[in-house]
Amino acid sequence: MNILYDERLDGPLPKVDPELALSRLREALPGMTLLHRDEDRRPFECDGLSVYRVMPMLVALPETVDQVVTLMQTCHELGLPVVTRGAGTGLSGGALPLEQGVLLVMSRFDRILELDADARIARVQPGVRNLAISEAAAPHGLYFAPDPSSQIACSIGGNVAENAGGVHCLKYGLTVHNVMALEVVTIEGERITIGSEAFDAPGFDLLALFNGSEGMLGVITEVTVKLLPRPQSAKVIMASFDDLEKAGRAVGDIIAAGIVPGGLEMMDNLAIRAAEDFIHAGYPVDAEAILLCELDGVEADVADDCQRVREVLAQAGATQITLARDDAERARFWAGRKNAFPAVGRLSPDYYCMDGTIPRRELPRVLKGIAELSDESGLRVANVFHAGDGNLHPLILFDANRDGELALAERVGGRILELCVEVGGTITGEHGVGREKINQMCTQFEADEITLFHAVKAAFDPHTLLNPGKNIPTLARCAEYGAMHVHNNQLPHPELPRF
Amino acid sequence: MSDTASNPAAARDIAEALCAQVAEADRSGTPLRIAGGGTKAFYGRTVEGAAIDVTGHRGITHYDPVELVVSVRAGTPLSELEQALADAGQQLAFEPPHFGRAATVGGMVATGLSGPRRPWSGAVRDFVLGTRLITREGRQLRFGGEVMKNVAGYDVSRLVTGAQGTLGLITEVSLKVLPRPAASHSLRLQLPIESASTKLAKWGRQPVPLAGAAWHDGSLYLRLEGGGRSVDANRARLGGEAVDGAFWDQLRELELPFFSSDDPRPLWRLSVPQVTPALGLDGDWLYDWAGAQRWLRSDAPAATVREAAVRAGGHATCYTPGAAEPFTPLTPVLFKYHRQLRARLDPNGIFNPGRLYPDL
Repeated sequence: MNILYDERLDGPLPKVDPELALSRLREALPGMTLLHRDEDRRPFECDGLSVYRVMPMLVALPETVDQVVTLMQTCHELGLPVVTRGAGTGLSGGALPLEQGVLLVMSRFDRILELDADARIARVQPGVRNLAISEAAAPHGLYFAPDPSSQIACSIGGNVAENAGGVHCLKYGLTVHNVMALEVVTIEGERITIGSEAFDAPGFDLLALFNGSEGMLGVITEVTVKLLPRPQSAKVIMASFDDLEKAGRAVGDIIAAGIVPGGLEMMDNLAIRAAEDFIHAGYPVDAEAILLCELDGVEADVADDCQRVREVLAQAGATQITLARDDAERARFWAGRKNAFPAVGRLSPDYYCMDGTIPRRELPRVLKGIAELSDESGLRVANVFHAGDGNLHPLILFDANRDGELALAERVGGRILELCVEVGGTITGEHGVGREKINQMCTQFEADEITLFHAVKAAFDPHTLLNPGKNIPTLARCAEYGAMHVHNNQLPHPELPRF
Repeated sequence: MSDTASNPAAARDIAEALCAQVAEADRSGTPLRIAGGGTKAFYGRTVEGAAIDVTGHRGITHYDPVELVVSVRAGTPLSELEQALADAGQQLAFEPPHFGRAATVGGMVATGLSGPRRPWSGAVRDFVLGTRLITREGRQLRFGGEVMKNVAGYDVSRLVTGAQGTLGLITEVSLKVLPRPAASHSLRLQLPIESASTKLAKWGRQPVPLAGAAWHDGSLYLRLEGGGRSVDANRARLGGEAVDGAFWDQLRELELPFFSSDDPRPLWRLSVPQVTPALGLDGDWLYDWAGAQRWLRSDAPAATVREAAVRAGGHATCYTPGAAEPFTPLTPVLFKYHRQLRARLDPNGIFNPGRLYPDL
């Protein structure tokens, strides 16, 4: 399976002479950094999905919105594709460059423009790091809720483009729930404001549309985010289980008790051992699964909820229940989870991180399916799971230096995502489609639905110059990939809601 | 888990008939006026078109309280959905207004209106996880899903929320639901608007379990929600006079005396940043959403009201039925992209044409 842009399947790309592109952009933007030498472009040839690399024709590093406007106008005139990139931490290849396109890097837009504690908003440039917003808000007792694991490095523009999540989504929402307004430059170089500092804006909810649109509709040049008061109290309970399924049921039991935890995470034995070995978080290495349940809010309520959750967990068959004694232990419990990916990375030369979401009730079935795929393929799979909102991150361990293992890992990954769709879930919860899951989109959506996505895209970018080939597959690709035809009429479980 | 509708006798799937009607309208270029319970018909411009009645398409198709998700057909009475959720100790946290007993789930999503809890809970669109939508070709498509996190493809479900049926006909929606709070207490403090605003800004930075904040005529109304102990502690701390929680229902339904239709002056809704200082417009004010939603009874010219709202960074909607232009006009460049979206999704202009703006 070749994931790189394939004109036969993804549509022809404009052929703009690199020399012409360079001279026209230099002429239009004499003050902007424009990288064209091999050694300068090399660091930008991949994002967080580093197994896929493409050398961009040119790399543009503007510093002002006016430069972005001129850049877009010039690219629009030239018919030159533009791929926008933030910090480059994305895991789905959403910022994978094109040989025939400009890579627009927004990392120099790194200023917090305004932080209004009374209004509880921050107006920031897109290159500001996710964690930097919470750090700036901390003196006011406020924070920015979405906290993807990459929060020390990832930037807010990318968070919006991918509708990033994190470990606290069930209670505090995704990026789309925490963004008030965007400044956007269109492919034609127009500046538009989407949303506002009020709670709603007239017309269509373009703010919701732009969140998660993967740089396909416009270039984000400014983001206004909502800030929340830091919870007065936060406690973490760690529960061990001798059986994955029991842990899965305990998750439902907590929710059924009317409690919405701030975070509710699950790890399987392989992930537990990897994390413990790496971080020494104090995890029980012999447990088949652990649950981390964070309860936050007003102190008195948190104390009551902790008591109820302990009862529920005991009832559900937890073999050990530990309440983090203090903030240091709580931070350690979380550190193990937040570093689970690199921890698993130490077990294997390479790993491939998946990102499916399923209805929680289907967890036992999906975990069983993953175990079978692991046995069949001989590749180990560690499971890290945002259990509260059903978002699975199976990590497939492989060695790219062994012949065929990358392809095998991709196949296993593809099968896992198809399994997620079969049980009524989705191929991506928070990492985005990018280039990585472009084929699996054909499994999740029917031809008419994909056609409608293309219509939405065409309303903003009729010549498909913005991030071509990402997010939405062509029907030609789906026909080739085949899944659409196989699945259209013979879904294994047609009674399941698939949307 | 329950896969049955709460009221199975009334559950009915007429999607096929609706698809046929839409396809025929598209072929013949006949505009359609999408009709639910009609309770929010006043909220928007008058649509000239053949009525397409969605109320026959009803019933809860899937509700699993442990998953915190419900899927429900658009014609289902909103009260029926709310009752089913209440029976399981859950609710629609965004508190949608009904504006009449006939209100449907479809109208709730199409108008995107939320109640007094909105600043703390989020709006309708924040809880929409998926939709089924009939497109102009008369096909029923699915977008989003029944899961909390889903970033596959564009977020069409949230795009059509609040679009008033102009991008397609919503036939079914999946919503995130939440447990009802364990405790709730409503109170009133005597405060002029300036000090009420200062206090609200201060509480906004603190972990006060607020779930409602409205001001009218020298009284600040607050609702506390959460666990019993935190509500009790804040109740003691804030003091004031206890108020019946029904106040918030009357506010949400615009049934307080302030909203009486006996008042001949137009009723305006101004949506502005919460911290906006008092706007110098003549008339009577009622603040909701801690100051972010302001109701105004005023004879001031529409242009004056709109200008004040836009200058503050917000917009103003005229709620008086029959208003020629209820919604604040868009900037030319935003309007261009609205038109292009409409042109791509509904080139023959059959879905509620002109509902939001002329020529859209």
